[in-house]
Amino acid sequence: MLKEEDKIFKNLYGFEDWSLAGAKKRGIWTNTKSLVEKGSDNIVEEIKNSQLRGRGGAGFPAGLKWSFMPKKSGKPHYLVVNADESEPGTCKDREIMRNDPHLLLEGCLIAGFAMHAHVCYIYIRGEYYSEYSNLQKAIDEAYENQLIGNNACGTNWEFNIYLHRGAGAYICGEETALLESLEGKKGQPRLKPPFPAATGLYGYPTTVTNVETVAVAPTILRKGSKWFASLGNENNTGTKIFSISGHVNNPCNVEEEMGIRLKELIEKHAGGVIGGWENLLAVIPGGASVPLIPKSICDNVKMDFDSLKEVNSGLGTAAVIVMNKSTDIVEAITRLSHFYKHESCGQCTPCREGTGWMYRIMKKMVEGNIQVQEIDKLIDVTKQVEGHTICALGDAAAWPIQGLMRHFRHEVEKRIKEYAIGRVA
Amino acid sequence: MKHPGLTNKIYNKVNEKFEWSEENFYKINKIIKNYPSGRQQSAVIPLLDLAQRQNKGWLSKNSLEKVAETLSMSYVRVLEVATFYSMFNLQPIGENFVQICRTTPCWLRGSDKLIEIAKEVTNINIGETSNDNKFTIVEVECLGACCNAPMVQINDDYYEDLDSDNFKKLLIKLKNNQSVKKGSQINRQTSYPSRTT
Repeated sequence: MLKEEDKIFKNLYGFEDWSLAGAKKRGIWTNTKSLVEKGSDNIVEEIKNSQLRGRGGAGFPAGLKWSFMPKKSGKPHYLVVNADESEPGTCKDREIMRNDPHLLLEGCLIAGFAMHAHVCYIYIRGEYYSEYSNLQKAIDEAYENQLIGNNACGTNWEFNIYLHRGAGAYICGEETALLESLEGKKGQPRLKPPFPAATGLYGYPTTVTNVETVAVAPTILRKGSKWFASLGNENNTGTKIFSISGHVNNPCNVEEEMGIRLKELIEKHAGGVIGGWENLLAVIPGGASVPLIPKSICDNVKMDFDSLKEVNSGLGTAAVIVMNKSTDIVEAITRLSHFYKHESCGQCTPCREGTGWMYRIMKKMVEGNIQVQEIDKLIDVTKQVEGHTICALGDAAAWPIQGLMRHFRHEVEKRIKEYAIGRVA
Repeated sequence: MKHPGLTNKIYNKVNEKFEWSEENFYKINKIIKNYPSGRQQSAVIPLLDLAQRQNKGWLSKNSLEKVAETLSMSYVRVLEVATFYSMFNLQPIGENFVQICRTTPCWLRGSDKLIEIAKEVTNINIGETSNDNKFTIVEVECLGACCNAPMVQINDDYYEDLDSDNFKKLLIKLKNNQSVKKGSQINRQTSYPSRTT
């Protein structure tokens, strides 16, 4: 279990003051100048050594991503923070933004400096209105105290942070769709390459990164990459905020060490599964996009990127959705299919048509009003959507269904049989 | 799913005018400065949001045209954005815009019951506005407060940790113009593990 002193998010629940005075008591903005003076190469090196992996879902090594930014391009560079948290199950960035906004802002300065950016945009989802107002107040405080602005923290580095609200589109959490949206267009993803590090916002070098990734950077620099790398397992280091929702006694956000066992996470922090561990049916371990895992896997699996990949799932955003035996598992996945149908941007045909098609078939499977051979057809269609779209939304729509059929095909078949019998009788 | 933000039909009232309020005019100048010069199109989402707030929660054709004019954009580019994003309502809504989350984490904890309660208290169906213009009820996809499920958003605010009883009380209070408490309805501190603090 993570020790109290190793926690990065000391005000995750907002029991303490989130404003600048409170933030300083927690050590934020205290020696930022000396951190910046390490130089951008050293900062990137330190983040690389910490083996921090991006917290937005894909788990790409953060230091490596930051190092993709050109050194002397002569063009403006941008840091864009992705606070468009919309993955079902995920509500971690929200707690950072409303309860510890200065932690994020300090991270922005350090990350921005490391990638030679003078301007940072934070793209926050439009529905988060109170989080937006807290964050905006924190930005105003930081400007008033010269922590950011023309001479940020006395480092002679000009750094401006602007907050931009979205307007309710899940797809804008995809980095290039987010850039399109920030440019005032429909949020439809761009083809990659060119990657944002070469051609991003307004065509200039840009790095898009998740709130949590940025927010942990100052603490890594303060305590050292060795400390961060000592937590968790090789290549899956550090701490992570887990959002535990669904059928648990105490749904909550909690910061824990990477690689904690799923069972321990649920029982220690979320008060256990409703009805006890034996009443567990399945868990979606990383937000709606990853395939579910049944109880037999949940018994022993560790919560990190590589361990979950081994069991054909993923850590994603570490949003643990727990379902006990009272759940209609087919309906649960159908709801996710509806979500993807609703949120598809409509740009690529396989996703635009496929998400709707998959939802309609899934809806029939909830009742069982369908032929058994349609299950294979459905799996075939998910394979045709997966990997054939510009962004990963097509994959995300396909994986939950593949996960369902991998582990609960017997349940769907049973339902189809029962429906057929009911019709004959 | 019926939702005024998901329609492509634009309400056109010929005689209706839309002019920026003085306060919003000041705000617009500030917003445009957030973006590099010549990139004022970036401000289209913030401006549509301002227009919607000024226009009682929805965007008329005239307000869309005003945004286009303010940012020197063509009307169709603004329309494209307004129809793409679900938070822009293209039809009038009631005073309380009740958005009930229906996605799996909220559904697992009983969002279906909330829909029944909302229908019962307001006597309208999903996607409709009540005759007294007090309520519009819609179903929405994940609002990102899953650890406090089930939850609804009413106008700008989240109401969390709901159940049939406290949601019913909440709606009745709104119906009677009484003040209501935002956030968790069971006095829980944000997403702290313990249910009571």
